Amino acid sequence: MNTRRLGIAAALFAASSTCFAAGADLGQAVKQATNWTAICMFVAFVIATLFITKWAARRTRSAAEFYTAGGGITGFQNGLAIAGDFMSAASFLGISAAVYTNGYDGLIYSIGFLMGWPIITFLMAERLRNLGRFTFADVAAYRFKQGPIRAFAASGTLVVVAFYLIAQMVGAGQLIKLLFGLEYWIAVVIVGALMMVYVLFGGMTATTWVQIIKACLLLAGASFMAFMVLWQFHFSPEALFAKAVEVHEKKASIMAPGNFIKDPISAISFGIALMFGTAGLPHILMRFFTVPNAKEARKSVFWATTWIGYFYILTFIIGFGAIVLVSTNPMFKDAAGKLLGGSNMAAVHLASAVGGNVFLGFISAVAFATILAVVAGLTLAGASAVSHDLYATVFKHGKASSANELFVSRITTVVLGVVAVVLGIVFEKQNIAFMVSLAFAVAASANFPVLFLSVLWRGCTTRGAAIGGFLGLLSAVLLTVLSKAVWVDVFHFASAPFPYASPALFSMAVGFAGIWLFSVTDRSARARIDQAGFDAQAVRSETGIGAVEGASH
Amino acid sequence: MDLELANKIRSSAAYRELVRKRSRLGWTLTALVLIVYYGYVLLIAFDKDVLSAKLGAGVTTWGMPIGLFVIVFTVAITGFYVRRANSAYDELTDQIKREAV
Repeated sequence: MNTRRLGIAAALFAASSTCFAAGADLGQAVKQATNWTAICMFVAFVIATLFITKWAARRTRSAAEFYTAGGGITGFQNGLAIAGDFMSAASFLGISAAVYTNGYDGLIYSIGFLMGWPIITFLMAERLRNLGRFTFADVAAYRFKQGPIRAFAASGTLVVVAFYLIAQMVGAGQLIKLLFGLEYWIAVVIVGALMMVYVLFGGMTATTWVQIIKACLLLAGASFMAFMVLWQFHFSPEALFAKAVEVHEKKASIMAPGNFIKDPISAISFGIALMFGTAGLPHILMRFFTVPNAKEARKSVFWATTWIGYFYILTFIIGFGAIVLVSTNPMFKDAAGKLLGGSNMAAVHLASAVGGNVFLGFISAVAFATILAVVAGLTLAGASAVSHDLYATVFKHGKASSANELFVSRITTVVLGVVAVVLGIVFEKQNIAFMVSLAFAVAASANFPVLFLSVLWRGCTTRGAAIGGFLGLLSAVLLTVLSKAVWVDVFHFASAPFPYASPALFSMAVGFAGIWLFSVTDRSARARIDQAGFDAQAVRSETGIGAVEGASH
Repeated sequence: MDLELANKIRSSAAYRELVRKRSRLGWTLTALVLIVYYGYVLLIAFDKDVLSAKLGAGVTTWGMPIGLFVIVFTVAITGFYVRRANSAYDELTDQIKREAV
């Protein structure tokens, strides 16, 4: 991706998806020479995680252990795992690349991803933990008729997981081609196969520990890079900025907001997608059930926010470090003066500049590990929606045995893994920039309103939540299709009917309005049962009395 | 949970105090976060000059400390809520639980 294109894309908010923090469109990558140091380090990581999976497999005998690691994860550990879900390869490489190319705009972009966390802390985390058990549908359907709400929640989960997963798979293939010099399809198959092994045998225990290890490696690596950059400038940010302004082609404009925010509607809509989408991502919500109680759930969001905030400060320093140390070094440029491998490689080249070949291998291996850990979490969330919400609750009316439920989860894991690999290969050359922003928009417009109103609004009914939820889902998908990212960039029409970068402002309003309208007009007998159940639900959500306590290890 | 127990808890003074205090704090902090974040976004959308103004003699702009502030503020306000909830509010919750059983 060249600099000018990225600049324009950023201006139109389309870049929001090229480096969407939790997802990935790393663009079309050029295959590099095979990097053996990186491959050796990655193999070491894989061997270590397979041992963990073997250990976790012994503790994954029931459905509860598969979905939530038996509720035995501490708040601190869970915070690291949640942060790991958010600090994807695309976020590390994409945000540092955005800073490298546009300076300050990269910071504005990254801040958006942080803002969902306080909202989750203040309004959601403890209520989720007090009401739920395995999936967010447990909470959304708590006082409602199970069938329609579970069917909706499973749809919301699978749509989010599917788009997110495809984006990750394609990103993985491109990144690995770039970093390791492997063929695209081999990379996608390796990711798919390892992810299936983690989830199938180790369930949530293995998925969480893989995520924690990777989060520690990524934070350590990024801290080292930021330290080395600041050290060269005697820990004076002013000295670093002054040098960056001197060498960057955009000069002093990298120190101030540029074109990233142009029209306020897009800016607000995009902010809403990030803020409330975060609070509706099924693989994130699921992590609140892995801790023993509400206290630990709150601690986990605090730690997650801390690590993610720290990480975005690091990526900002890394981006500026790359301006100073990478853009000035002909070793990292091709004949035309462009960065080797594209601007997404800024952080990777900086790793080589500050830590030599071994550290370059380390950072490459961590980037690969990052994708693996994120796709494992996504697959687990998708598998639980099918086995717990659809199979056990809708089809078996809650009478499925733990063993049968576990069996269905594992079958679903294999199916999702195979589908992800196939779609990853099918979409190799497609423009997938819209996929992660669509996932966030659906999470904000469907999952979040249903969850929010079912917990906080007495008047909400089964009919309202199911119809309103689906309306939010459909409008998010429809408006995304009509926006530039799909209508122009994928279908190649001349101009997009929907002018804004993100549909969330409108589709979330549709979701909320739909739930309200179809609840207040609901005169059925079921509506009276739904509303009568609110008091008991409120007491449990506030106090945790009757909540499922996790096993203490 | 049966309705009788729920109603008993709902009528207790400790429960009402918990819900009133905690939801007031939660919604106040939510409003603060929305004001800070959308204030920042709208400041960029409508008046870029504020953030582009130089902080001192060097190249550093006001945008840098303000951006850093938004990040630190987010982490700090989350920490503040969690501290309050995990001490004062959890004590109230324990009291409610003791009374209920």
